[in-house]
Amino acid sequence: MADASIPPEPLIVPESGPSVLHQLAQRKLALLGLLIILICVGGAIFAKWLAPFDPFEQFFDGLTIEGAPLPPNAAFWFGTDLLGRDLFSRILYGAQTSLLIGLVANGAALFIGTLVGVTAGYFRGMIGAVLMRFTDLMMAFPALLLAICLAAIFSPSLWIVAMVIAFVNWVQTARVIFTQTSSLAERDYIAAEKTLGAGHGRILFKHILPHLIPTLIVWGTLGISTTVLLEATLSFLGIGVQPPVPSWGNIIFENQTYFQSAPWLVFIPGAAILLLALAFNLVGDALRDILDPTQQGRD
Amino acid sequence: MAAYILRRLVQSALILLGVSFITFVLLYVLPADPVRQIAGRSATAATVESIRQQLGLDQPFLVQYGNYLWNLVQGDFGRSYLQKTEVAELLVSRLPATLLLLVAAIGCELLIGLPLGIIAALNRGKAIDNGLMLTSFLTVSAPQFVVALLLLFVFAVKLGWFPIGGYGTFAHLVLPALTLGILGSGWYSRIMRSSMVDVLRADFIRTARAKGLGRRKVILGHALPNAILPIIAMIGIDIGLFMSGIVVVESVFGWPGIGQLAWQAIQRVDIPIIMGVTLVSACGIVIGNLIADLISPLIDPRIKLR
Repeated sequence: MADASIPPEPLIVPESGPSVLHQLAQRKLALLGLLIILICVGGAIFAKWLAPFDPFEQFFDGLTIEGAPLPPNAAFWFGTDLLGRDLFSRILYGAQTSLLIGLVANGAALFIGTLVGVTAGYFRGMIGAVLMRFTDLMMAFPALLLAICLAAIFSPSLWIVAMVIAFVNWVQTARVIFTQTSSLAERDYIAAEKTLGAGHGRILFKHILPHLIPTLIVWGTLGISTTVLLEATLSFLGIGVQPPVPSWGNIIFENQTYFQSAPWLVFIPGAAILLLALAFNLVGDALRDILDPTQQGRD
Repeated sequence: MAAYILRRLVQSALILLGVSFITFVLLYVLPADPVRQIAGRSATAATVESIRQQLGLDQPFLVQYGNYLWNLVQGDFGRSYLQKTEVAELLVSRLPATLLLLVAAIGCELLIGLPLGIIAALNRGKAIDNGLMLTSFLTVSAPQFVVALLLLFVFAVKLGWFPIGGYGTFAHLVLPALTLGILGSGWYSRIMRSSMVDVLRADFIRTARAKGLGRRKVILGHALPNAILPIIAMIGIDIGLFMSGIVVVESVFGWPGIGQLAWQAIQRVDIPIIMGVTLVSACGIVIGNLIADLISPLIDPRIKLR
């Protein structure tokens, strides 16, 4: 056993400067992103207490006498939808759907991407070649078309939508992780470990995966943005999360035919999707600047 | 060079073969039965069976796929289940609209993205730079359908400048192209900015300044032609992105291209059309990447063909 002879490596590449969070806090745009994410997460978690109304209740006074939805007013802050439901409450509950799918789908995509990238980059050989050719192939797939196709064909539910998104989104991660792993596997200290008799498991978990964590954090954050947009697009086409469960995309889907007379029903959820995707992009981009040494000094 | 191109062409053909196989597998295992869709709800079991036989859907998977491929190499994409038309004909009739939108969209992206990137680079670190970069983040984070509906609401419904959807005149083209143009401009402006920043630091720019050239001449005559090179390769990749996102914008604007065709086909489980559009889109992506890879070494000799 080589365990005693080699001290374990620190989990993250040692930072000489201030901590990541501290550096993040010094960037105005990243801070803005963090703030938006906090608001969304808070809104989603505490929706039950924050929402002024039941998101499913169709209010009698939520519609005009002609049966049209109400614009934003004192009682219904974001107005009401076609069925007289409170839009503000539905947006709050919709945040749960968006974030849940963002986390689950993106987590699954990261997992598949890492598994494929590490396997191909570390073991190489036939398996590696096959895996990377398959990744190339997936790159040539029209991703959105594939996702639409799959989501439409399987009766859509929250989990199916998450899996469909994961299935089309792992490819980028796999490529990045593959490149990094293959360069790590070439390093001298890995060869030294092997000489000392370390098994694949030890090398992978102690010496390769820890070095991939910064990359995974960056891609994980940027990926949530892609996921949120994809979920919204599928729901907008009516093949994502199914009503009455509110999702920001399906709120627009349900109400889009009335967007000329009731634009708030389209543009308030639209703004929510935009802000959440923007927030994760801002934070992810700042994290890339901080964590990726090759990017430093570029700006 | 010729050997490289040949190898890449073979690779591309293999990738397309792979795409066709995976799509076929996915459509083969799908739970929605196209025969039920065609026959209708009241059809008897015998009718359903005979339709299944007619379409060859009762045969084993590999036989079906083999037949499909054999027809495909002869230019036969099969026949639409519901429209009773040749898929190749449908694709050919729909492609011009999509290609027109492609050219107009990329034109819009460049027209918006490049000037913004240049302005940001020239004002690096200042408020205008930060503002423009935040804008570029906004555009890449915006959902396509929201931008499309917003443009429709403002310019078609409220101002009445453009038609609300459809195809035929220049006015019909503006809003869909602008939607894609706004969304894609963020990428271009960011690449343009970082490329311009790099070039402005280069020695030859200092030389140009040292010999007394005016600012305008240095920027337009020396910096820009060099900084714009990465953009050309980016256009290739962009064709791929376009092909994959075409469904949404075409269905919102009622643009009669292959994206709309695909969306209608997906809703009706019209497999030959779905296969056809997927293959054409994949072709677009492969060609786009090929262009990007072939152009890169031409514009930057440091990049070698591998």
